[in-house]
Amino acid sequence: MIFKKEVKNTKMTPYEKVVFNRNKVRQASDYIKNIFTDFFEMHGDRRYGDDPAIISGIAKLGDISVTVIAQEKGADLKEKQTRNYGMAHPEGYRKALRQMKLAEKFGRPIICFVDTSGAFCGLGAEERGQGQAIAENLLEMSNLKVPIIAIVIGEGGSGGALGIALADEIWMLENAVYSVISPEGCASILWKDSKRAAEAATSLKLTAEDLLGFNVIEKIIPDNDDVFNGIKVMLNQTLLKFSMMNVEQLLENRYNKFKSIK
Amino acid sequence: MPNPFAIFKKPLNKPELKGREAPKPKMPDDDLCIVCSSCGKSFFNTELADSLFVCPKCSFYHRVPSRERVKMLTDEDSFVELNEDLVSKNIIEFPEYDDKLDKAIAQSNENEAVICGTATIDGEKCALFVMDPIFMMGSMGTVVGEKITLLFEHALEHKLPVIGYSLSGGARMQEGILSLKQMAKTASAVKRHSNAGLLYIVVLCDPTTGGVTASFAMLGDIILAEPKALVGFAGPRVIEQTIRQKLPIGFQRAEFLLEKGFVDNIVPRKDQPNTLARLIRLHKGGSR
Ligand SMILES: [Zn+2]
Repeated sequence: MIFKKEVKNTKMTPYEKVVFNRNKVRQASDYIKNIFTDFFEMHGDRRYGDDPAIISGIAKLGDISVTVIAQEKGADLKEKQTRNYGMAHPEGYRKALRQMKLAEKFGRPIICFVDTSGAFCGLGAEERGQGQAIAENLLEMSNLKVPIIAIVIGEGGSGGALGIALADEIWMLENAVYSVISPEGCASILWKDSKRAAEAATSLKLTAEDLLGFNVIEKIIPDNDDVFNGIKVMLNQTLLKFSMMNVEQLLENRYNKFKSIK
Repeated sequence: MPNPFAIFKKPLNKPELKGREAPKPKMPDDDLCIVCSSCGKSFFNTELADSLFVCPKCSFYHRVPSRERVKMLTDEDSFVELNEDLVSKNIIEFPEYDDKLDKAIAQSNENEAVICGTATIDGEKCALFVMDPIFMMGSMGTVVGEKITLLFEHALEHKLPVIGYSLSGGARMQEGILSLKQMAKTASAVKRHSNAGLLYIVVLCDPTTGGVTASFAMLGDIILAEPKALVGFAGPRVIEQTIRQKLPIGFQRAEFLLEKGFVDNIVPRKDQPNTLARLIRLHKGGSR
């Protein structure tokens, strides 16, 4: 499958980037198809149900087996509705955690693709403990004894993104965004005016360049026709680096990486 | 100075508000009259403090300033504060944030939205963090995340249980992505403390929402809550806007969380010191 370059110009404003990522054609499943081979999808959290907003399974990256977890928004309207526009419920985060635990058991690196406007907010999500589900993922991911790489391929929406993104390395596509709150939400809370979203987007410093500057991410991925291959090469290099580290060192580095954000 | 919360040393079920012989200590807002938002009756600030900020008339649980909470909870003079000098900077240069910080410091008389330290509660030594409702509604920026992380590290080093009072509107948006990452940072610190077999008890206070719910507030070995405290991930207003209907009464309240299996127990304010000390003691009987 060939994708047209989705970037219309190289200099989008932060808010233009936000809007751009909400309507992207390229989905997480496209990354899975084009980067890995032999992907076997696995469903369900074994507690409540299966959340279609999160795709998870096992695949090959070259010769290595990896666990893949991805937030999928859906390609067309029907699929978007099925997948709840990539906004996961608690069972989605628990589904991801189950896969991560399996990855740890079998010594597989974990690759997460982040693309969500946020964790879903609604009655069911609250009843089933959205906050608790994300919190538990953070707790467990901080101590998983296998390498974790998270790639923000579109929208990194707050806690909903972070719930699968506590990782040894976090990468972002050059035009992706990652923010503590949506610009609209920020503007309406602070200035009681959601129309000032563009201003909020700039103030929130949510672009890949901003985050690299704050040492919150490790790499910016050029968004071009070769993006899948580019990610594949970077994954191979980085996993090779991690394979030479012992578990104690890996976990110590992971702890210190977040500890240093202050 | 007589302890205004000496009431703890007496039987707790009938607070004696009148006829106390000790002169009332001077507090910052001593002369301020507070109108109970629930029943409309007005009280002097000190009067409310004496009743543990529970309305003497209608039993409504008012939010407790962090410093008052520490006094209510801990044995007299036992609290030793840690990292009290850490103050926030406007790292991402967010508009109006400097002014907001100045205002929050002036209003709360605290440097940040959480105070941390060690103390004894009914004789039991612990590390303690208490979030502040006056300082930007307990929102978590880098300093709140750092102070809580440092407290867990201190507790790990000294093999202390951690008691945490959560009260927060969530991550502090004025610090952008850096505040979001404090969720990962604090959760990592909780995990290290937990791996060492140490106890962490959370008391969820009104309100606990957003990034604080989705990190350290939901990670206690034991999770307690104050009666009727609002606890959730998304705020009620946001949910109502999303689903375009009114939320049922009691939704996201402590009693609702108890029913859904997300808290271990609801503990009235007057019983909290005893309960916490008792739980610490109960954990001493294991093999670790
Ligand atoms: Zn009242």
